[in-house]
Amino acid sequence: MKTFTIGGIHPPENKLTEDKAIEVMPVPAELCISLNQHLGKPAKPVVKMGTEVKKGQLIGEADGFISANVHASTSGKVKAVKPAPHPGGQYAMSVFITPDGNDEWLEGCNTAPVDWKKFSKEEIIAKIKDAGIVGMGGAGFPTNVKLSPPPGKNIDHIILNGAECEPFLTADHRLMLESAEEVIAGLEIISSLFEGKAKASIGIESNKPDAINALKQLGAPKGIDVIPLKTKYPQGAEKQLINAVTGRTIEPGELPFDKGCLVQNIGTAVAIYEAVCKNKPLIERVVTVSGMEITERKNILARVGTTFKDIISFCGNTTAHANQVISGGPMMGKAVFSFDAPVTKTTSGLLFINNKGLEKSKERTCIRCGKCVDVCPQGLGPWLLANVAQLRDFDEIQLLGLANCTECGSCTFVCPSKRELVHWIKYAKALVNNRQKRKTA
Amino acid sequence: MDSVNLKISHAPFVRSKDSVESVMYNVALALAPATAMSVYLFGMPALIVTLVCILSCIAFEWILDAVRKKESNCLDGSALVTGLLLALNVPSNLPIWMLVIGSFIAIAAGKHVFGGLGYNVFNPALVARVFLLISFPAAMTSWPVPLSVDMETAASPLGILKTDGLAALGDFTLMDGLFGTMNGSLGETSTIALLLGAAWLFYKRYITVTIPLTMIGSVFIFTGIFYMIDPTTYASPLFHMVTGGLMLGAFFMATDMVTSPLSVRGQIIFGLGCGLLTAIIRLWGGYPEGVSFAILIMNGFVPLLDRWDLADRKALNQKKAETK
Repeated sequence: MKTFTIGGIHPPENKLTEDKAIEVMPVPAELCISLNQHLGKPAKPVVKMGTEVKKGQLIGEADGFISANVHASTSGKVKAVKPAPHPGGQYAMSVFITPDGNDEWLEGCNTAPVDWKKFSKEEIIAKIKDAGIVGMGGAGFPTNVKLSPPPGKNIDHIILNGAECEPFLTADHRLMLESAEEVIAGLEIISSLFEGKAKASIGIESNKPDAINALKQLGAPKGIDVIPLKTKYPQGAEKQLINAVTGRTIEPGELPFDKGCLVQNIGTAVAIYEAVCKNKPLIERVVTVSGMEITERKNILARVGTTFKDIISFCGNTTAHANQVISGGPMMGKAVFSFDAPVTKTTSGLLFINNKGLEKSKERTCIRCGKCVDVCPQGLGPWLLANVAQLRDFDEIQLLGLANCTECGSCTFVCPSKRELVHWIKYAKALVNNRQKRKTA
Repeated sequence: MDSVNLKISHAPFVRSKDSVESVMYNVALALAPATAMSVYLFGMPALIVTLVCILSCIAFEWILDAVRKKESNCLDGSALVTGLLLALNVPSNLPIWMLVIGSFIAIAAGKHVFGGLGYNVFNPALVARVFLLISFPAAMTSWPVPLSVDMETAASPLGILKTDGLAALGDFTLMDGLFGTMNGSLGETSTIALLLGAAWLFYKRYITVTIPLTMIGSVFIFTGIFYMIDPTTYASPLFHMVTGGLMLGAFFMATDMVTSPLSVRGQIIFGLGCGLLTAIIRLWGGYPEGVSFAILIMNGFVPLLDRWDLADRKALNQKKAETK
């Protein structure tokens, strides 16, 4: 079975919600829609306090090339436009909406599906841009930009990312089972942008045999390859997935299109289908609510802007032992600092855990076991990067390949000395960035 | 649950179960068959030697941590492994006060002068063994005969080979080496017991084959060449495999994480160096056995080998940055 060649780990999978069908979460009493749900500049608000909005109406406009539109996820009245807690760990400008209970779509949105073949390439890209679609795997890069590689870059392989290698998360898994046709249609739409000349495949880890079967049946007649991958973290990382599926290696400093590849997330593919065929903007997503410390573990279809508070009460509250809440997966997610933070377009999961390691784990000295070197999927020496980061030698650390780290956290996972390796690397990255900004300023 | 009580930390939020403790205690477990074998062969004295070494190493670790005003990790298993390895490297009739001095040297001069666990350049147990060998050569080279009742002592097969030549070995067979029914330090006797422990470490992936394979392989080939040239003077390579501390050194001491190179290239050079030096000392050196010296000498090259890889990696990154 295929997998990526260098490094990788196999943390306990804990896919506790893989058999739970997606539940639609009702409209909460208030929505807090962040204008910063993507990589790049936050969207500019185009509504103000008191504005009546319909479901699917534009409330934040893309500001610049790398930015994305934001839409109202139900009908109602704008209560305020003000900063609010963000799952990324900071405060971000957000639009608060008090729903009117009618959940009424804007005229022309969410229509009966039409055939996408009648649209031109430019029309499709424009629809994706208007719908505010961003990469839903986590990074949130605007999809219309990713789908328009610079001239001269020839895309010959389109890969849908069904790896879902993070423990606990099952959002993509459920989507592949319950919306298999939409996934395939989304992939066909993406293929059409490259005149159908590119090979299309879907990479799925072998711990989801039902999803592999479902998509194989639908994809085979359309020439779409479904490729089972050996379960290994971080297979869902773009570079590792490309390596696993095509055998190509994205060298440091290269982007996937330099090697003729384009990767899209499963959720993004469904969003593309809905935007193109149903004129439906991206206003909801599947979120896995899991972890050991929540009463009812579920996969929910939550509106963008639903606060974590509302999700907790929808899932029967946390247990008494919960001491940490993670937005995203346990390997690369972020610790939530407030339950007032909302679901964004990139919130793949909400995990409630009892992190026993918090008090116990103390960084010990490196015993040079070399495990971090063995598991690093980018072939780096994480122990050394962390040492040099602690010494604050930022010239040296760049020579050691700092920029190539994808922050997957495999090194920290395996370290017997419990060193915060990836944390030190992120710290060095932040300081190197600041220094470069100062230099150019 | 109130959001005020939320704990913030950084990813990843799950960690493997491996810890310094689990690594060290697994190494200790892997040394258990050899230790048990030594108690069977040499009786009560072997058990006493083992316990004295372990307890005094842990005690010195605790004292030195206190002297250096560091939080003590004396029970993290590293002092246990050092003590156990030291015990396996000495004869079972060594006086207790020598064992205590040896333990002090291992922990103080082998480890704490460099800054404690993780920073030491040389294998602590071997530093102590060589210290004892040079300071008390007579006591360190007269081994009790295994399974004997009257505590008679004699030289090891390698010692006989060195002083009296091949013919004096008499009725020594390879089977004696495999099962350990020959004179030697606690852990230098039964090859089978050592291999059993090594298999556990391979299974748990705490060691890789690179260093043991290159080290043992180079001893085999080097001594084999001379055996082919003159089988009446030189012992067969198989004799060298099962005698002395080769197996103990190759699987448990040369592979010590802290004092061996990180890259495979470094490990190959390290293993070859250990093997060649062992063979050279055994064939022509002043001492009958060369494993300890060989590993300690190669330990000294480890920072250099690691630095070489580092320089290569940096040059590669620079080249990539320039071609970009």
